[in-house]
Amino acid sequence: MGRYLVRRILQAIPLLFIISILLFVLVQNIGDPVAMMGGRNPTRSEDRERLRRQLGLDQPFHTQYIYWLIGNDWTKIDLDGDGIAETPGQRKGVVRGDFGTSLLKRGVPVTDLVFERIPNTLLLMIPAQIVIMFFGISIGIIAALRQYSLVDNIVTAFSFVGLSMPIFFIALASIYVFSVLFKQWGLPYLPVVGMFDPQVGRTPSQVAQHLILPVFSISFLSIASYNRYTRSAMLETLNQDYMRTAKAKGLRGRYVLFVHGFKNASLPIVTLIGLDLPLLLAGAVVTERIFAWPGMGRLFLDHLQRADGPVVMGIVILVAVAVIFFQILTDICYAALDPRIRLG
Amino acid sequence: MTIEASRLPLTAEALEAPPLSIGKMAWLRFRRHKMAMIGAVTLILMFVYAFGGSLIYTEAYANRTETGNRLAAPSREHPFGTDVIGRDILARSIYGGQISLVIGVAAVAVMLLVGVTIGALSGYFGGLVDALLMRFTEAVITIPSLFLLLVMAKFFGGQIADIRLLGRSFSGSVVVIVLIIGFTSWTYLARIVRAEFLSLKEDDFILAARATGTPTWEIIFRHILPNTIAPIVVAATIGVAAAIISEAYVSFLGLGVQPPTATWGNMMSGAYNYIEAAPWLWFFPGLLILLTVLSINFVGDGLRDALDPRSRPM
Repeated sequence: MGRYLVRRILQAIPLLFIISILLFVLVQNIGDPVAMMGGRNPTRSEDRERLRRQLGLDQPFHTQYIYWLIGNDWTKIDLDGDGIAETPGQRKGVVRGDFGTSLLKRGVPVTDLVFERIPNTLLLMIPAQIVIMFFGISIGIIAALRQYSLVDNIVTAFSFVGLSMPIFFIALASIYVFSVLFKQWGLPYLPVVGMFDPQVGRTPSQVAQHLILPVFSISFLSIASYNRYTRSAMLETLNQDYMRTAKAKGLRGRYVLFVHGFKNASLPIVTLIGLDLPLLLAGAVVTERIFAWPGMGRLFLDHLQRADGPVVMGIVILVAVAVIFFQILTDICYAALDPRIRLG
Repeated sequence: MTIEASRLPLTAEALEAPPLSIGKMAWLRFRRHKMAMIGAVTLILMFVYAFGGSLIYTEAYANRTETGNRLAAPSREHPFGTDVIGRDILARSIYGGQISLVIGVAAVAVMLLVGVTIGALSGYFGGLVDALLMRFTEAVITIPSLFLLLVMAKFFGGQIADIRLLGRSFSGSVVVIVLIIGFTSWTYLARIVRAEFLSLKEDDFILAARATGTPTWEIIFRHILPNTIAPIVVAATIGVAAAIISEAYVSFLGLGVQPPTATWGNMMSGAYNYIEAAPWLWFFPGLLILLTVLSINFVGDGLRDALDPRSRPM
């Protein structure tokens, strides 16, 4: 087990290395951040040159990547453009936890921006994930137990619709029904913008009300895929001989269903959850945009649109690390759930 | 929804008739899949809508702005209403449908090119080639696909000039979106093709081909690849649906196809500002996306059962 973990972690290092180079190439060319810095006034060309030098954007690609990765406090950089490197570098580099500073919000460390948003994003995504797991799995089990019944057919139809819909369609439709139409009909209606009503303040009940529609939109789509996976995994397990044996020797129905059935069917579901959990951190780009939720997805989109490379890099690398972490965790869960799987 | 081969008709004539070709057998199984048939018919209707509709409305009409008549509700003159700058939504949904469908198919062509090549090379040659290509594939998988898609949209954005084709002018962003969806969606396909190649290359007929001195590219493309066609067809079909959705996401966020060229995705972009005033802005394009993707998914499901019954139905 210990050796397995060490090996997996060692394998993750070159993977992250490839990812970071790939992204660095892309992010270098997403636009000219300096062009946006003058605000309404166009930047003068000598200012532009000075800014590029100060931000290190004048350096060749490999130098910029090395400074980003391991920092530049071991060398001297040229800030005044006279060709002599005299100012000692300040950056520590990603490997020492320094993701650089935002270009858009001058001087604010990327990590500050990101960690400011993580609580908001998790506030949205964790309830959504709980709803998804609860309804997705339980509906899937019910559908499997009553294969080809009316319930199963209705669930299947809804799942296909859920799997075929862009999230903004369900989001806009749910806003229209639960906010616009309910208001017209004089029913209590749900708020759609932001995390709370600024006039009331950030009270738990306000946040809860503002959560309902985005959580509904996010979970509607994912419940579809969770219940399809659960259904097919359960159907496969239910037809196994050991299920009949367990029933034949007189075990209680529910015990057979959950301990013999669901536990064995849970491997594909664990895979799905393992793929989804790290993405909780990434937030929901589209949903956060529609509902004006100040989370990671919006941070990413806002800073990508204005070519803020360090922030974009920081977010994606953090999420990639989370993805790899949860992949390893998923494999460990496999071994715990299915003793036939040996890690090594 | 699996339909097993054993349920095919086993009458006396059927037993005496010459064996069915793979295509005929697949068609027999596909026809029995009711939802897949409904999906296929709906899909054909969507193509008729998008391409036949251009006989009724001209593209100039779809792009004509009429600021005096903005956000007009559906009426006899504008059955789907008008948008923020007074363009007719019905006409735009026809021309947008053409672009969305073409993007779906073209992006899958790019996906097939990249995915099959990487999967085939990786599976056939193994060793260092395999290790390098698979690490690269893993790296692409590890980056969340919407993030990668959006970063690439910014990367290529504005780098391709507008193109003229068949007397019509298309925004260069159409080509950009085809490339980026193709470049981000191939990983799953590459892994399937690689797995198929790994087992097929050990078969005796490949040994025979090698013994007779068949060139390597011929072994890869003429002997092994045709045997992997079933999962590739299924992945490509589902891929079209995924590509249409991806296009809708990127264009909805304003980083995709740029107006005046319409797509179902960019027609909905900004619609959330008018959700109360003009629900027809997002309803019709959204419904068209839903119907198209739904029917493609049903067809894909039917094809999976028909061509590739071993694989697990989802």
